[in-house]
Amino acid sequence: MIVLKDVHKSYGRQQILRGCSASVSLGEVVVVCGPSGSGKSTLIKCVNGLVPFEQGTITVDGVSVSDKTTDLPALRAKIGMVFQNFELYPHMTALENVSLAQIHVLKRSRTEANARSEALLARVGLGTKLASRPSQLSGGQQQRVSIARALAMDPKAMLFDEPTSALDPEMINEVLEVMQALAQDGMTMMVVTHEMGFAQRVADRVLFMDGGEILEDTPKAQFFKEPATERARQFLTKVLTH
Amino acid sequence: MSNFDWGIIAKSWGFLAEGMALSALLVLVATVGGLILGFGLALMRLSQNRLIAVPAAAYVTVMRTLPLVLVLFWFYFLVPLAIGRPIGSLASALIAFVMFEAAFYCEIIRAGINNVRPGQTEAGLASGLRRFQVMRHIVMPQALRAMTPLVLNQIVIVFQDTSLVYVVALHDFLTNASIIAARDGRPTEMYTLVAVVYLIICLSSTKALDYWRKGRAA
Amino acid sequence: MNYRWNWSILLQEPYTEWLWSGLQLTVAISLASWVVALSIGVVAGVMRSLPGGALRAVAGVYIDVFRNVPPLVQLFLWYFVFPEIVPESVGLWIKRDLPYPEFVTAVVAIGLFAGSRVAEQVRAGIEQVGSHLLPAALATGLRPMQAYRLILVPLGLRAIVGPLTSEFLVTVKMSSLSLTIGILELTAQSRHVENYTFQGFEAFTVATVGYLVIGLCVTGLMRLIDDRVGGAALRKASS
Repeated sequence: MIVLKDVHKSYGRQQILRGCSASVSLGEVVVVCGPSGSGKSTLIKCVNGLVPFEQGTITVDGVSVSDKTTDLPALRAKIGMVFQNFELYPHMTALENVSLAQIHVLKRSRTEANARSEALLARVGLGTKLASRPSQLSGGQQQRVSIARALAMDPKAMLFDEPTSALDPEMINEVLEVMQALAQDGMTMMVVTHEMGFAQRVADRVLFMDGGEILEDTPKAQFFKEPATERARQFLTKVLTH
Repeated sequence: MSNFDWGIIAKSWGFLAEGMALSALLVLVATVGGLILGFGLALMRLSQNRLIAVPAAAYVTVMRTLPLVLVLFWFYFLVPLAIGRPIGSLASALIAFVMFEAAFYCEIIRAGINNVRPGQTEAGLASGLRRFQVMRHIVMPQALRAMTPLVLNQIVIVFQDTSLVYVVALHDFLTNASIIAARDGRPTEMYTLVAVVYLIICLSSTKALDYWRKGRAA
Repeated sequence: MNYRWNWSILLQEPYTEWLWSGLQLTVAISLASWVVALSIGVVAGVMRSLPGGALRAVAGVYIDVFRNVPPLVQLFLWYFVFPEIVPESVGLWIKRDLPYPEFVTAVVAIGLFAGSRVAEQVRAGIEQVGSHLLPAALATGLRPMQAYRLILVPLGLRAIVGPLTSEFLVTVKMSSLSLTIGILELTAQSRHVENYTFQGFEAFTVATVGYLVIGLCVTGLMRLIDDRVGGAALRKASS
């Protein structure tokens, strides 16, 4: 579904990504973890072309992201993205947030889009908050709206960039539960996160990144029992004991 | 104070009102024209293409560094030359004001757009919207909300700026008052009146804006 | 557009002399007005930032009045009206014995107008810095006036050096208003040259370049002071 081959990205003289290769198959849930500054967020933003990269290739559903002839907006419509800071549109209600791209990208009628939005918001547990503005919602609620907004495009895959890092502790679970339900429904997911509990429960494979490189790419069970590299071992002990 | 003739104000009322009408016209044209041109300049400055962004930036910088008096003289001189025949001072002054204030409106608009969080643009792009759709549905509504108080503030400043058409003898409020002051030998009464009128209009507008801004922030 | 270009007139006397003296007058008025504006503006700004009382109110009236009357009108008030409304002897002295009356009037008028704008910047700077540092200062046991005098005012002034650049530039632009009371500063002289030679392009270009160069010098100077005083860091810390 998503294939990354030898991706390099620099920002000025700093190299952020050094030759990253990985793949996410249809229906797989891949968790990307690692210390801050390892390039995880940059990597995931390269997948839908929000961040350009200099070398290597990324293909999504067979379409190359860096090819100049690719219609990027059309590609992005097939991948959903959920951001760390939710990024709901503050001047619109929850319903309008979820319907906007449906109307202007998928060209659905307003009635059809709103009907789907209602159903999606109910699915993430916010059926009563259709007319609320983001400022009236808690962080956890906003992130769930954000997930509904991404799902509204009927995406083939979903990208999550540290979806719970900006949330108060008591709201993290409500979001993780929605994500778990998505995974169980068979969604292809690539998740950058620190939530190792989620990884242990839901992930199929784990990618460990450090200093711009993918150091580990192992099935979940093996990663948590016996990671191959020393760096990953250190990371796990620090993360799991706190 | 006994040798001041305040009755002259009543006698010259009509002439002064005509002047105020012209001042109002100048503010209106300068603001509408300045906002339209300023929006275009802002988009040019925000463009990724340096051939578009740099000239726009140069224009804005120059217009914000030059005195308005010099800009008025420039257009007074240039407009008839460019058209090929003499033209009334009102037209030259209107063009000069639009070109001048556009630079200031450009900066207000640009700041409004830049202050919208970049994540908003990312979220819009990530859902498959094209750049102009992101601008239209996501960025501009938020930018407009942010820049409205600054635009309104600038209008008060433009109103004060229009008094400078005195230097090209255009019959605005100040110029007409000065004509009466010279003709009837009553500068004190006239200029005091002008100051009081401007003070009342500008101060009440500014206070009203402050009040409204506090109300929105609450 | 049929225009005959003649850039060489810029090098002919008396035009060169006119433009050069105009430039000098512009610089002189700008600097003198700026000194007035800073002196009054800082005092008024500090007064305005006080928590309450008569000083704050007086500064408020000054700022409100001088910001809401157009600077050209203020100039006319000082030039035409002020000598008439003061006591007879003072008025006579102004009209007869004051050296360089137009220059002094222009400097006073522009200085007081710019001073009201400087006062607003000073007040904003003190408030911005103070919102963070005042609680901390009070927590160490300093009394409000001490905190104010030792910390808020010095740091507030340092923080606004950068933002004051635009006020300095406004002062330079306002110097051109003095042509209405007969001072032949740069803009007036460029028009003078245009009247005599019909070479408007050349004349106004010189004035334009003159103001741009002055603007660059002002911006450069303020940036130097801002760097030495650490203003950027203060503004960042208080944001």
